[in-house]
Amino acid sequence: METITSIKPLLAVLVSLLVTPMLVSSRNPNVREGWTFVAAFIKLAIVASMVPAILQGTEIVYTVAEVLPGVAIKFKVDAFGMLFALVSSTLWIVTTIYSIGYMRGLHEHSQTRYFCFFAIALSATIGVAFSANLLTLYLFYEMLSFATYPLVAHHQDQEARSSGRKYLLYIVGASIALVLPAMLICYNLTGTLEFSKQGIFTGTESHATMLVLLLMLVLGFAKAGIMPFHSWLPAAMVAPTPVSALLHAVAVVKVGAFSVLRVLTGVFGIDLLARLNLGTVICYLAAFTVITASLIALSQDGLKRRLAFSTIGQLSYIVLGVALLSPKGVIGGMTHIAMHAFGKITLFFCAGAIFVATGKKNISEMVGIGRRMPVTMVAFFIGSLSVIGLPPTGGFFSKWYLVQGTLQADQWPMLVVLLSSSLLNAAYFFPIVYKAFFCTPEEAMFENRVEEAPIWCVVPLVITAAGTIALFFYPSLFLKLAELAM
Amino acid sequence: MSQQYPALLVIVPLLSAFAISIAGWVNKRLCFPIIVTALSVVVYASIGLLLTVLEKGVVIYHLGGWPPPVGIAYYVDHLNGLVLVVVASVALLNVIAAKKSIEQEFPDKAGPFYTLYILMVTGLLGIVVTGDAFNLYVLLEIAALTGYGLLAMGEERAPLSSLNYLYMGTIGACFYLLGVGYLYIVTGSLNMVDIARLLPPLYQSRAVLAAFIICMVGVWLKMAFFPLHSWLPNAYTHATSAASSLIAPLVTKVMVYVMIRLILTIFTPEFAFATLALNNIVVWLAVIAIVMGAILALAERNLKKMLTFIVVAEIGYMVGGAWLGNRAGMTGAILHIVNDALMTLCVFLVVGNIVYKVKGYAFENLQGLFRKMPFTMGAFVVGAMSIIGVPPTCGFFSKWYLIVGALQAGHYGFMAALIFSSLVSVVLFFRIFEICYYEPFSDHHGHDQPPEPMDEAPLTMVVPLLIVAVILILVGLYTGDIVNHIIKFAIPEGLV
Repeated sequence: METITSIKPLLAVLVSLLVTPMLVSSRNPNVREGWTFVAAFIKLAIVASMVPAILQGTEIVYTVAEVLPGVAIKFKVDAFGMLFALVSSTLWIVTTIYSIGYMRGLHEHSQTRYFCFFAIALSATIGVAFSANLLTLYLFYEMLSFATYPLVAHHQDQEARSSGRKYLLYIVGASIALVLPAMLICYNLTGTLEFSKQGIFTGTESHATMLVLLLMLVLGFAKAGIMPFHSWLPAAMVAPTPVSALLHAVAVVKVGAFSVLRVLTGVFGIDLLARLNLGTVICYLAAFTVITASLIALSQDGLKRRLAFSTIGQLSYIVLGVALLSPKGVIGGMTHIAMHAFGKITLFFCAGAIFVATGKKNISEMVGIGRRMPVTMVAFFIGSLSVIGLPPTGGFFSKWYLVQGTLQADQWPMLVVLLSSSLLNAAYFFPIVYKAFFCTPEEAMFENRVEEAPIWCVVPLVITAAGTIALFFYPSLFLKLAELAM
Repeated sequence: MSQQYPALLVIVPLLSAFAISIAGWVNKRLCFPIIVTALSVVVYASIGLLLTVLEKGVVIYHLGGWPPPVGIAYYVDHLNGLVLVVVASVALLNVIAAKKSIEQEFPDKAGPFYTLYILMVTGLLGIVVTGDAFNLYVLLEIAALTGYGLLAMGEERAPLSSLNYLYMGTIGACFYLLGVGYLYIVTGSLNMVDIARLLPPLYQSRAVLAAFIICMVGVWLKMAFFPLHSWLPNAYTHATSAASSLIAPLVTKVMVYVMIRLILTIFTPEFAFATLALNNIVVWLAVIAIVMGAILALAERNLKKMLTFIVVAEIGYMVGGAWLGNRAGMTGAILHIVNDALMTLCVFLVVGNIVYKVKGYAFENLQGLFRKMPFTMGAFVVGAMSIIGVPPTCGFFSKWYLIVGALQAGHYGFMAALIFSSLVSVVLFFRIFEICYYEPFSDHHGHDQPPEPMDEAPLTMVVPLLIVAVILILVGLYTGDIVNHIIKFAIPEGLV
């Protein structure tokens, strides 16, 4: 495969990091948000400028420093990394618009800190996407963990403190206790940590060693939320909604899933996993998470908590797809990163808009809200269609590929899991939408007059909802990238 | 000029100590410029010396022109070349940062303080640069005696803690001297290279064995290797900020250097690792040091004292790494001398800034600090990340080498201890960050509350601190170069 050396990946990572001094020093909030937009657009432009080369099958590499023998801090842009980077940097722009509406609408404190750490978190996300080896990935993974902590704990009250603790305990704890030793053992066994399609192992290692390493790496990247390392995510919902939307539906959690996928495809390699029959273990772990998380979501009354459990389930779809080890499954898993991102961010935007406009957080208090906020609730409907996997939304494609993947891999139990999970998804989303629009006047909790959230909140959710539908008609870019990544 | 670098390293600070003590009587304001100039010359000379070593190899300097074994030789190779740069730079950065707090804490005694300070630096540089085992003892005592003085200048309880340190430190130094005496008896030489040349036929001798073990115990006492650490936490906690941020980063690290020098040069790895076969026991002692250091740190409700227990745990890292008996472990130990000196400096400077502004370092003094002192706290976060071992800060990379060394030696206990210590460090530091970040608790999510005004330490304290924080990251990113161009040559090729 052809490779080009270019500094672009480094710039894409650094641009939002370098803008933070501007954010801190801006006296005027409008100037500050202006800088965020500048960084966000430059980031997207840099990422997008690499797309043509990637689509032609080349890879872009850049080595920052050879820090350890055989392991460098190094970037490599391939199709899979590009897919993820494209999704995150696009949605950052939308989320910034939304953040302005949300944070100003609620007169939140410490907005400068908020925008700064958001920018740092995005740097780390792109860094993960473009990492060429496990060490670089780990570096940005940890950077993301620490950059998101002040965002999760934004409210600085007792609840934020205990949630912040849980967040650190699970995410940082697991990465230090599981990923770091596993990474060191891999390095000690093979002398390299570079991702490659064949994997880094020679295949002579014992089956038990491989299984332990695999479990340490897959579970250690706790951002992927595979049970039992999932409960930080519902706790993290204390954060302001834009944080939940971009970070806990797209960037942070997908960084987890992305890291797991890199471990499966780049560290172990599909062939080795198939030969050792290790994919099945991960499949069952993920399948258990899919079903359990969906069942828990059914019982949640807090809208953001329900979305969080839904996210836990959907993340495991991504892992499940790749762990099937069949070509269609891998494509399905990878595209699900993009498809789920657009759908779920829309849902979170809606939850936040409802909170800004009415102060309501619980589903039981949202009966009849469709008449008050029709645009928001239509967007919510579209978002939930995508998460369930129904046309005309992008989510349909990834589910389609996932289902085909199970057939290709001859994994009938997984097919059953996927289909029953879809039913469960419908069961926890449709009642919300139904109750929002169809209720008797006595039941309705809102007056019959249209009053949406501030325009800065509404526009982003319309954009992402439109995006979700657009992905149904034009999914080719993401599908192409996923196919190239195979 | 450049041939005189090794002598400059000791003579410049020694002579300027006199100048400073005189200036202290004449005009107190002269002390600071003199000490900064002297230390700048030292930094320049140490960097020049390291570059010379990199270019031409080992530098041997005969003091006063007397050839060894009669005269004292200064012997600079890649190992102490690197440590010299660290000692000199830490001393310089710290003195600049400490100026304001010295003026605040004892305005009348600035002259004596600076005099002791630079004498201590002289002693430390001398220990590192010398190639003579007895001369090392003399300089060890210079560094120790000035250290007792510096530490005693602190709070009410400082003289007592310092006295305790004096007892323990003197015992340690005596052990070392006794060991050197044994060596002199069997070899008739005090020059390290000379001793190393004469020793191999005597490896089976009981006297050599006794010399080695007695020296080691002495050095362990001086570096506060658990369970010989009891003098350290109180001595460092009760001292003034300016003294503790010099002594905490340097003294223990210099003693680790002496230990590695004993192992690598005087006794050679073949003797220390192959003949003695003590590795396993010492590494297990290191495991206990790490675990106990971490647990004792957890028990503290006082920032500075907590940090001193972290120092105790870090000593375990370096002793364990050096005693793993393989190249990766030794690389990690040497790298960690550099990294730990820098990150300890970073966190102790932070304490200095906090004490300067808040007048206390107990946990309840730390409320709301992220708002009040954002730059200090920013540097604190970087220092904490380095101690936890988060890339790309330098602490991660030395930990990496140490763990690789543990894996290669098959010593999983040491690996587990390092991981455990990382996890505990997360708890330790985030417990503090939580206090600085959340408390005092605001109501109603803190909406519409006027932010508390910033109250940052003076620029001369913040800038050196930020420089250290940046260095922590740069050293991390350049780990590859440091290892490939310096540390690789500091370890004998025999050690694999």
